[in-house]
Amino acid sequence: MGVEKLTEIRWHARGGQGAVTAAKLLAETALSQGQYFQAFPEYGPERMGAPILAFTRISNGPIHIRSSITNPEIVVVLDSTLLSAVDVTEGLDTDGVLIINTDEEPAAIRKAMKLKGRKVYTVDATKIAKETIGRAIPNTPMMGALVRVTGIMPIENVTEYLRKSFGKKFSEEIIEGNVKAVERAYAEVKAE
Amino acid sequence: MSKTKIKTQTKWNIKGIENWGWKKHPLGATIPEAGNAADYKTGGWRSNRPIWDEEKCTNCLICWINCPDSSIRVKDEKWDSFDYDHCKGCGICANVCPTKAITMVEEGGEK
Amino acid sequence: MATTANKATTKQTTVAMTGNAGCALAMKQINPDVVGAYPITPQTTIVEEFANYVANGVVDTEYINVESEHSAMSACIGASAAGARVMTTTSSQGLALMWEELSIASAMRLPIVMHNVNRSLSGPINIHCDHSDSMGARDMGWVQMFGETAQEAYDNTIIAMRVAEHEKVMLPVMIMHDGFITSHAIDRFDVLDDEVVKKFVGEYVPKRALLDTDNPMTFGPFAMPPYYYEQRKAMRVALENAKDVVLKVSKEYGKLSGRTYGLFEEYRLDDAHIAVIVLGSTAGTAKYVVDKLRDKGMKVGLLKPRLFRPFPSAEMADALSHLKAVAVMDRSDSIGAPGGPVYMEVKAALYNTTKRPHVQGYVYGLGGRDTGPDQIETVFGDLQKVARGEEAPREAVTLLGVKE
Repeated sequence: MGVEKLTEIRWHARGGQGAVTAAKLLAETALSQGQYFQAFPEYGPERMGAPILAFTRISNGPIHIRSSITNPEIVVVLDSTLLSAVDVTEGLDTDGVLIINTDEEPAAIRKAMKLKGRKVYTVDATKIAKETIGRAIPNTPMMGALVRVTGIMPIENVTEYLRKSFGKKFSEEIIEGNVKAVERAYAEVKAE
Repeated sequence: MSKTKIKTQTKWNIKGIENWGWKKHPLGATIPEAGNAADYKTGGWRSNRPIWDEEKCTNCLICWINCPDSSIRVKDEKWDSFDYDHCKGCGICANVCPTKAITMVEEGGEK
Repeated sequence: MATTANKATTKQTTVAMTGNAGCALAMKQINPDVVGAYPITPQTTIVEEFANYVANGVVDTEYINVESEHSAMSACIGASAAGARVMTTTSSQGLALMWEELSIASAMRLPIVMHNVNRSLSGPINIHCDHSDSMGARDMGWVQMFGETAQEAYDNTIIAMRVAEHEKVMLPVMIMHDGFITSHAIDRFDVLDDEVVKKFVGEYVPKRALLDTDNPMTFGPFAMPPYYYEQRKAMRVALENAKDVVLKVSKEYGKLSGRTYGLFEEYRLDDAHIAVIVLGSTAGTAKYVVDKLRDKGMKVGLLKPRLFRPFPSAEMADALSHLKAVAVMDRSDSIGAPGGPVYMEVKAALYNTTKRPHVQGYVYGLGGRDTGPDQIETVFGDLQKVARGEEAPREAVTLLGVKE
């Protein structure tokens, strides 16, 4: 998938899983390669554990549209327990892409969701996060899976930006853990 | 913020201010002069006038402390005079005077 | 983005920031003497960010923590009268609580700059965007500027300071951007260097100051009937002056930044037959729709008001004269009135002109209801029918997207 046109992404997560940070990170990475973007969460009475939504728009040109994203091309689900709680496919076109953090195979998810059309990808981002970062925060590995599936940017741009921006706040160990998480998810994401 | 000097304070000439056009009034209705409340003569509000009896006065100056319009003049730590331009005739001075040296008389009556 | 794209004469940095972070950054670069503010959603992140700047010592600002917005504006009035350069920020109920101070600030001719991050007025209580808060304050004697993007929110902050302090204006300025949509979305925009902003806003030299003990004066005296009316006339003239000053300062800013703003933005309006008038972030979505419909060969355009107070009536009537029909979309309702605030201004602006389009009114997006391209396309569809004479013009205002 190219980025000549506007790409719209919806993130599903629970409060505290880092979806807003991921949307922000993706926007900042897009900036580092000269792209235009918008990243915005949906605000409501959310708190730790509650289902939340975040959105990202990416384009090579200025983005005028300001309404909420109702027909995303890409849906990223950071927590597979949400699959039974909310309709993550709402507004997603039949050729749209679903990227889900789960230890299941894409075919199993398709069957469980009784899904028609769309392309399903899965990655065990929680396991990867535990093994690389040491905490079950699936947001950075999901970035790796996202860029692999969509090709919206080269993985090097993501890891480079992670090193640059995390460098100010985190230890070398945490930064390299996150970089490794992105790389592993990039390699391990499964297609149907 | 920096300190500015615009001009040294001169008396604000408000002659005919009731009929001034909007351009002539200071910005935001500010009053560009300090202490000009004294220009407003409130003596005309008075219906009773205080008078002073030198014989009875002990110069305790309790009247000076209590006068709400600063209308008791004191000179060399002694009672001097009433400021009839601003005294509204409220009678507080007469009321607080311990020696009854101040009494109130009707305005326009006997001095 | 900008109305006219000039070549910038100074280096700029492209950032990924929320609109509120951009406003806080502009405040930091202005480095006001005093900020008196109280946090309220969705403005909170401006005061949070700015408090960080204060705590880190990167600004010289005296930050006054107050117990309410009533006190915030009171503190700002006192500080501004004292001779300080003053800024603040609020939203919704916060602006409502400032009510009586708003008109005092303007009547005392104090050049306070305030962000009002647009949020609907309660009730029912709601934290999301509409313009009912700032539209309710439209007769308070403040200059009011609306921004579409984070870029405009940032730029307007810097421009507003110069407008407020201009000797022909000397009025407070309220700058608006849409709550959450602009305030909390991470957006791409360009920012000037600190030194450039510092030079652009210059040092504030008050001509009247309570703390100028060499020139003592009284602020805020009682004005009896012989004096009150003349003060209000002076305010009207000053607010009208703001039109030219906004243009002049914006032009100067344009030379620096390459982004020149007018009183309103005309988007593909020159050869349009029908157009939508809408301010704030929805103007962006309207541009998207205009592009889409233009690709289909429809002669559509957009007029995005930037300055709402003073309202550029004559200029707008001129810009609209060639159109067959226009739709005014208001993100606030003036309940009991013929339509929303922008609608009424536009209609009034056109009434005494001979060549004028038909005007239809719409209310949209109250309490943060999403307004997507489909709704704006519906509006253009209505206009097209009216322009072709297929449908009778509507007198009553249409509430877009409301569930019947």
